Amino acid sequence: MIDLEHVLVVGALLFSVGLYVALSRRNAVGILMGVELMLNAVNLNLIGFARFVESPRPIDGHVFAVFVITVAAAEAAVALALAVSVYRLRGSIDVDRLDSLKW
Amino acid sequence: MDSTAVVVAFWALAALTLGSALMVAAVRDLVHAVLFLILSFIGVAGLYLTLSADFVAVVQVLVYAGAIAVLMLFAILLTPRAARDNATISYRAPVSIVAGLVGVVIVFAALKTPWATTADDDRFPTTARAIGNALLDPFVLPFEVASVLLVVAIIGAIVLVRPGEVGPGQEDRR
Repeated sequence: MIDLEHVLVVGALLFSVGLYVALSRRNAVGILMGVELMLNAVNLNLIGFARFVESPRPIDGHVFAVFVITVAAAEAAVALALAVSVYRLRGSIDVDRLDSLKW
Repeated sequence: MDSTAVVVAFWALAALTLGSALMVAAVRDLVHAVLFLILSFIGVAGLYLTLSADFVAVVQVLVYAGAIAVLMLFAILLTPRAARDNATISYRAPVSIVAGLVGVVIVFAALKTPWATTADDDRFPTTARAIGNALLDPFVLPFEVASVLLVVAIIGAIVLVRPGEVGPGQEDRR
């Protein structure tokens, strides 16, 4: 028997791995990979809630997950276009070296 | 479906997902990291299937394991060899402490909260029809806004990478 708590624990572990990846990468694409892992963890929680929690409209969790996937796809397209554009300008997508706004 | 088989599948897929997510953090080559990320996305899709969310599982495979992973591979391969390492920043220890603390807090909150769960085991016989009805009845406005968002993202991505007069990143070439 799978319980809601099991799903939430797996989601929490996936979220913290994604947070670690997002915070610790130098490469802009690596940071985006961490963000996608975190969004996946959130989606897993939404699906878990839709499956297990008492609700008049349980399908709403699935609809929210579909919306999150849509926004993630749009975000990935724009972020990767930004990465390619920054690479053309600076010759690197190392986020440590993108410090021209620092004084 | 047999309940024991579902439980075994759930934990096997959870181990696959978390293991490949950890490999994303561990491998040195960014292309290998994307391949492990695809494996992790497919594991999450399997977890959706064990939670009887078949439509979202299919969308997950199509959009994440298909489109987003291919986009990432394109972005990596458009930058040269030197930018392809999966290097980490120098202060890794505080970052892992922060990530671990966030995980511990979420696990604690998830286990301590008295969730109002239902015992209904066969809740979603089919989900695609119900999701379609929900998208067109209570969620029409977010649905339309999402399509506008996708158009904006497409146009924004094209403008950002277009070689020519208006794109950023061209100032040093002229």
